[in-house]
Amino acid sequence: MVVGTRPPVSRDIGVLAAGWRYASISDKIADLVLTRRAGWRWWLLFLTTLGGTLVFFSASAYLFAVGVGIWGVNIPVAWGFAIGNFVWWIGIGHAGTFISAVLYLLRQRWRTSINRFAESMTLFAAGIAGLFPILHLGRPWFFYWLMPYPNVMELWPQWRSPLVWDFFAIATYLTVSLLFWYVGLLPDLATLRDRATTRFKRYAYGLVALGWRGEARHWARYEHAYLLLAGLATPLVVLVHSVVSLDFAVGNTPGYHSTIFPPYFVAGALFSGFAMVLTLAIPLRRVFGLQDFITARHLDDAAKVVLVTSWIVLYSYAAEIFTGFYSADEFDVSITIERWSGAYAPVYWSMLACNVALPQLLWWRRVRRSVPALFVISLLVNVGMWMERFLIVVSSLHRDFMPSAWGMFYPTFWDWVFLFGSIAFFVWLFLVFLRLLPAISIAEMRLLVDESATEGGR
Amino acid sequence: MSPGLYGVLAEFRTVEELLAAARSARADGYTVEAYSPFPVEGLGEAVGFVGNRMPLIIFVGGLAGGAGGYFMQWYSAVVSYPVNIGGRPLDSWPAFLPATVALTILGAAVAAVIGMLVANGLPRLHHPLFEIHEFDLATRNRFFACLRSRRGGLDLESARALLARCGAMKMWEVPA
Repeated sequence: MVVGTRPPVSRDIGVLAAGWRYASISDKIADLVLTRRAGWRWWLLFLTTLGGTLVFFSASAYLFAVGVGIWGVNIPVAWGFAIGNFVWWIGIGHAGTFISAVLYLLRQRWRTSINRFAESMTLFAAGIAGLFPILHLGRPWFFYWLMPYPNVMELWPQWRSPLVWDFFAIATYLTVSLLFWYVGLLPDLATLRDRATTRFKRYAYGLVALGWRGEARHWARYEHAYLLLAGLATPLVVLVHSVVSLDFAVGNTPGYHSTIFPPYFVAGALFSGFAMVLTLAIPLRRVFGLQDFITARHLDDAAKVVLVTSWIVLYSYAAEIFTGFYSADEFDVSITIERWSGAYAPVYWSMLACNVALPQLLWWRRVRRSVPALFVISLLVNVGMWMERFLIVVSSLHRDFMPSAWGMFYPTFWDWVFLFGSIAFFVWLFLVFLRLLPAISIAEMRLLVDESATEGGR
Repeated sequence: MSPGLYGVLAEFRTVEELLAAARSARADGYTVEAYSPFPVEGLGEAVGFVGNRMPLIIFVGGLAGGAGGYFMQWYSAVVSYPVNIGGRPLDSWPAFLPATVALTILGAAVAAVIGMLVANGLPRLHHPLFEIHEFDLATRNRFFACLRSRRGGLDLESARALLARCGAMKMWEVPA
């Protein structure tokens, strides 16, 4: 054998442990899908969440039959859990594209082993988010009226309405995220096709791999397309939640009508999205033994993003309070005070505890390196962000301009069914994804092995 | 000389060998295809790939999405279904921007994916190289170079000699 013709072996570069080769890293990740049998824990979680998913869909059928009256919404609080859940889920669905696109453009190497499952998380969360406005419609069977299509009524959507912008932003976001995810998957599907042992798997993965072979010209076009898709998805990350926030900010309701809303919503989206990445990554690396690829460095970096975005969220809360008082507008001042001391004050202070106080623990390296602590913090941040979305939606509506129009929102049993049912559906989709597709990008991990072996040279 | 031949395929162990093989085969006037399990920097140039039209395709897709999106809104609000709201302009362009931006990105992204696939000749159900069992490793850990047979045929002797010089582990004649 000629000198220097051995395949490289990875060195420890923080985001990848030492000792991995092209072959071993490919087999490790591919075999999680191809040969690893589902354990009892997976089945238990799968059946539980399948039950929850069925409850979610049965509840939707009941909702369609009976109407939104099964929820606690009424005038004046006509937007309740459904819209809060929508904003919460679409926020969670932001980190995936942020990780895939923005961190790719910034050449952040800790992106490589977490982008695939974060993108999947994004797709599932954004898809579930898209369901809620439809569920919330009085006549959900007419949801397609939001689309411009030739119709006998000769009507068009109202282009000046944020709800129509929202439809376009979310439909585009879902489509582009799906394309980005699928293009990233292509080489890995080819790996699965070539490694699959049964005929059915060969055909199934072969069909979806579209005949990918990894030719040099193909890779050149692929890389160009991928890079530009990343560039295109980046403004989309900012656009989507900004447009969602305009659903509120364009209205003149006190507490909604604020220019801080777009950046406030985007920061909150990244905050909750990264918390959800941690929530998913921690069990994932443990159950599948992926500690060599999703290292302490990854958790540490994600925790730092959570910390930074928690400060942006804190700034937004402070700016909201400041502008409330600075405006000297009676209604803006009273809604601010109402949040501190009114009927929903316990939710407000719990939100501050979860979103602002708790993440400060992440200043300590020991906390960032402690897996159980990170898991608990990430869960509570998700809870806190849900409370934030709830407060945004409900607290402004329940104290409108006229005291005669004031009223309370009390969630009903069905409100909770839809919240927890959607969470079960999300987890179920994620479990199915883990069994069918590689949770980590195999092609990019091979490239990382190559890079780690050639650089440094020590 | 061998009609009915796709080419001569050779397997390599490392990126460096594949790059060297691609370069010297091209220097000798062969048409080379190089296969790798991950994108290799410089391999496109080594096999003589020029004129990547992806940026143009994506730009045109974005332009079509944006212009088409704005035109749709303008046409509906000004021509097809004008609504006078307190005398405000019918062509209220600031309100048309969110959907225009979204459709620009959508057009560019769809063009990127479809353009990439079509330019690469994908999707494709079968390929002559898939007949070679060991070619499965091209998506795992091995690097392959294929010297293509052209109309005039391929001088098998010299093609094999060149690939062997570059360190090929194994070679196959691939039927077309």
